Amino acid sequence: MTNFFIFIGLIFIAISVWQLTKIFELSQTKKTNNQVADDKDNDFNGKMMFAFLIFIYVLTIYSFLAYGDVLLPKAASEHGSTYDNLMWISFAIIFFVQTVTQGALYYFSYKYRGQKGRKAFFYSDNDKLEMIWTVIPAVVLAVLILFGLYTWTDIMTVEENDESLIVELYAQQFNWKARYAGEDGVLGDANIRFLQDFNGKNLVGIDATDPNGFDDIVVQELHLPLGREVIFKMRSQDVLHSAYMPHFRAQMNCVPGMITEFAYTPITTTEQMRQDPDIISKVKKINKIRSENSKELIANGEMPLDPYVFDYILLCNKICGVSHYNMQMKIIVETTEDFNKWINDQQSFAEVIQ
Amino acid sequence: MSTITNNSHEEDHGHHHKETFITKYVFSQDHKMIAKQYLITGLFMAIIGILMSLLFRLQLAWPEKPFWILETLLGKWAPDGVMDPNVYLALITIHGTIMVFFVLTAGLSGTFSNLLIPLQIGARDMATGLLNMIAYWLFFLSSIIMVASLFVEAGPAASGWTIYPPLSALPQAQPGAGLGMTLWLVSMAIFIASSLLGSLNYIVTVINYRTKGMSFSRLPLTIWAFFVTALIGVVSFPVLLSAVLLLIMDRSFGTSFFLSDIFIQGEVLHYQGGSPVLFEHLFWFLGHPEVYIVILPALGITSEIIATNSRKPIFGYRAMIASILAIAFLSTIVWGHHMFISGMNPFLGSVFTFTTLLIAIPSAVKAFNYITTLWKGNLQLNPAMLFSIALVSTFITGGLTGIILGDSTLDINVHDTYFVVAHFHLVMGISSLYGLFAGVYHWFPKMFKRMMNKNLGYFHFWVTAICAYGVFFPMHFIGMAGLPRRYYTNTAFPYFDDLADINILITVFALIAGIAQLVFLYNFIHSMFYGKKTEQNPWKSNTLEWTAPIKHIHGNWEGEIPHVHRWAYDYSKPGNKEDFIPQHIPLKKGEEELQH
Repeated sequence: MTNFFIFIGLIFIAISVWQLTKIFELSQTKKTNNQVADDKDNDFNGKMMFAFLIFIYVLTIYSFLAYGDVLLPKAASEHGSTYDNLMWISFAIIFFVQTVTQGALYYFSYKYRGQKGRKAFFYSDNDKLEMIWTVIPAVVLAVLILFGLYTWTDIMTVEENDESLIVELYAQQFNWKARYAGEDGVLGDANIRFLQDFNGKNLVGIDATDPNGFDDIVVQELHLPLGREVIFKMRSQDVLHSAYMPHFRAQMNCVPGMITEFAYTPITTTEQMRQDPDIISKVKKINKIRSENSKELIANGEMPLDPYVFDYILLCNKICGVSHYNMQMKIIVETTEDFNKWINDQQSFAEVIQ
Repeated sequence: MSTITNNSHEEDHGHHHKETFITKYVFSQDHKMIAKQYLITGLFMAIIGILMSLLFRLQLAWPEKPFWILETLLGKWAPDGVMDPNVYLALITIHGTIMVFFVLTAGLSGTFSNLLIPLQIGARDMATGLLNMIAYWLFFLSSIIMVASLFVEAGPAASGWTIYPPLSALPQAQPGAGLGMTLWLVSMAIFIASSLLGSLNYIVTVINYRTKGMSFSRLPLTIWAFFVTALIGVVSFPVLLSAVLLLIMDRSFGTSFFLSDIFIQGEVLHYQGGSPVLFEHLFWFLGHPEVYIVILPALGITSEIIATNSRKPIFGYRAMIASILAIAFLSTIVWGHHMFISGMNPFLGSVFTFTTLLIAIPSAVKAFNYITTLWKGNLQLNPAMLFSIALVSTFITGGLTGIILGDSTLDINVHDTYFVVAHFHLVMGISSLYGLFAGVYHWFPKMFKRMMNKNLGYFHFWVTAICAYGVFFPMHFIGMAGLPRRYYTNTAFPYFDDLADINILITVFALIAGIAQLVFLYNFIHSMFYGKKTEQNPWKSNTLEWTAPIKHIHGNWEGEIPHVHRWAYDYSKPGNKEDFIPQHIPLKKGEEELQH
C-alpha cells in the first residue's frame, strides 16, 4: 500500500513539473526580455541564497538531533578512545570551517545580488590575504597530521608479547571463521591447498605436517578475553574481504595469498556494553521498530521478528559477491575466566580430524 | 582540412569547403561539433547512470519490496519486482563507471575542452581535427560496449567500479565476472585510448595554437584547468590501461599478476605469486588523479562563470593557477589513501596521509578565492552562476570530510562505509555535475545559438540544490553508524534497523532530484530548437569565444583571429564606462595592465 501511495505521489510530482513547464513557457512568450538574469531574478535568487544558507544550517542541526543516536557508541577497545578524540577534534574543526565558509559564500551571494547600474569593486589580488589563508590551513593541518600519524603508528605497530592472544580471522564467500593458536600460542602453518584434506573437515587449510597446528581451534564465533591484547592475522581463501569491527574502531582487509595484521585490546565486555545507556536506548528503539514490522508480518501470516539483543559484530566491508551484505560473525568479549572456560570446550584440530 | 593553421591565407580555402551531412554532423572534425557530440553522448549516459542510482535507492529504502518499475526495467533480474542481490551489485558498479568516466570525464571535460580551448585561446580548431574526431568515436564505441554489457545473459560487471580482483577476475566468484567483466575491460581500454588522444590534442593545442598576445599568464582559468587536467590524464590513464591489460591476461591467458592461493567452489586454482594489492596500486594511481580529472574542469568553468557574473576579476589569478598546479602534482602522489587498510605497509600509510592532507591547502585557497570574488561584486544570478556558487558550497562540504578520510587513523573505522559515499559524491560527484550544468547553461548560446529558459533553469537549480544536500548530508550519519557501502540491504544486521528512516528520506530526496533533471532535459532539448535567439555576447563576458560570430563557421573567426592585449578578468575596471573589457581590446593610453 505504501508503495502505491509513493508512486501516486511521484506521478503527481511528474504532472506538476509538466504543468510548471507549460506555465513557464506561456509566461515566456509575453515577455520581451531575453534569458539573462534581470534585477528581479537577482533579487529573488539572492534572497533564496540566504534562505538556502539557513536550510544548510538547519539541516545540520536537525541531522544531529534526529540521527545522533544512530552513531556508534563509545569505543570498546583501548586505542578506541584516542581514535574518538581525534575524530571529534577533526569534527570540531570541520564544523567551524563549514559554518564560516558557507556563511560567507551564501551571505555574499545574497548581499551583493546584482542591481542595474551598480558597479562591482575591482579587487583582484591581496598577497597578505592569500598568505593568511594558505598559512592557517597549513598550520591546522600540520597539527592534525602530527596527531593522526602519532595515533596511526601507535595502532599499527603490532608487538607480540607473552600475554597477547593470536587469532586468525579466515574469510571466504560468505562467512568468517576464527582460529585460535591453542596452548602453544603458535598458529600452525596453513594454505588453501590443504582445504580438501580430511574430507573437508580442515576448514581453514591447516598443514597437518606442522606440529604447531594440532592444538589450533577453529570456531565460527569470535570470543575475546577482556583486557588482553588480541593480534589478528587475516587470511582469505577466495576474493578480497575486509574484517570490520566498528565498535572496536578496527578494520583490515583480508587478501588471498597474504596474511594481514591488526591488533587491539578489548576493554568492555559484551555484558557491560549492553548496560551502556546509549546502547540501551538504541536497542529499545530498534525493538520498537522491529515490533512494528512484526505486526505487518503477522498480518501477512509470516513469522514475527525476534527481539534484538546487542552483540558486537564483525562485518565484511569489501565487496565480495552476492551475499556480501550478510557476511557476518558475532563477537563476544568476556572475562578471562569465561573465555578460558569457553575455549576449553572447543575441539582442537587434532580432535576434529581424528 | 585536418589541420587548420593560423595562417590567414590558408583559411580562405577552408570556408568554402563543401560539407555533406556526414562530414558535418557525424564524422565532423570541427571542434564545436565534436563538443556537441561529447555533450549529447555524455547526457545520454548520464540518464542511464542516474536512473540506475534511483533503482538501487528504491531497494535500499524499501529492501526486498516489489516495485513494478523494477520488474518493467530489469525483467528477469527483478523477479516479481524484487531486485536480485547480484543485480544490485551490477547497478552500483555500472552507475559508478558511467558517472565517473563517461559522464564526468568524457561528458564534462570532452565537451568543454573541445568547445573552449580553440575558442578561448584564439585558434581555428584543435591541433589535429582528425585525432579529435577519432577520440570522440572511440569514446562513442566504448559507450556502446558499456551499454551493450548491460544486456549480457549473466549481467554486466558487478564488482564495484574499482573492479578489484580476484572478484573481478574469477567468473566463479560472481556472475558479473564473466562476459560482463570482459566487455567492461574492453570498453575501458578503448575509453582510455580515446581519453589519451583527446588529452594529447588539448595539450598540443594550448601550447602551440594560442593567438598573438595570449601568453600563459593571460589564459583564462578554464583553459588552465583543461590544460592541467589533460596533463594529469596523460600521466595517469596509461597506468590504468596497464592494469586493465594485466587483468585481461589474468582472466583469459592464465597469468597470475594479481592472483594467488585461491580456493573457490571446491577447487584450488593454479594462480601463484600475484597480489591483488598490486592491482589496487595500479588502479588508484589513475583512480585518485581521476578525481581531479573530474573536478578541475568543473572548477575551471566555475572560475570563469563566477568572475563573469560577479562582474569582478577572479580574486588571486596567480594563486588560482598555482593551486591548480599544486593539486595536479599532489594528486599523483596520494593514491595510497584509498589503501590504508589494504594490508600495505603502515609506514606507507603515514606518507600518504601526509601528502593527502597537503592537498587541502591549495583546495582551501581556491575556495577562499571564490568567496572573495563574490565579495562586493554585482552578482548576476543566472542559472550558471547559481550552479557555480553551489559547486563551491558542495566542494567545501565534501572536501572537509576529506580531512577525516585522508587521515589514515580515522579512515580505519569509516573506510568503505556510507561516510565515504557521502564524501565523494559531494566533493566530486555533485560538484562536477554542477560544473557540467553551469557550463551548459553558460555556453549553450555558444553551442546552439539559442538561450536556455532561465526560469526553468532556476527551478532546476533550486530543486537539485536542496535535494543534493538532502541526499548526501544525512548519508554521513549512516556511515558513522558503521554501515558498509555496497550492501544490498542492511536488514541482515538488526543492529542497523534504526537506519530505515534515514534511508527512506535519502531515497525520497533522490527521486525528487531525479525528476527535476527532466526539467533540465526538457529545457535543453526545447531550447535547442525553440529557444530565444542569442546575442553575440549575452553574458557580457571578456573571453575570446564571444568575439566569434554566432553562426558556426569552420575556422571560428571570419578574417583574422583577434589578438589579445589583456587578461580575461578586466571586469568593472575603474576608469571605464562598461563593466567589462574583452581580451582583444587594446590597452588605453596610460592604462596599466593589472595582472596578478
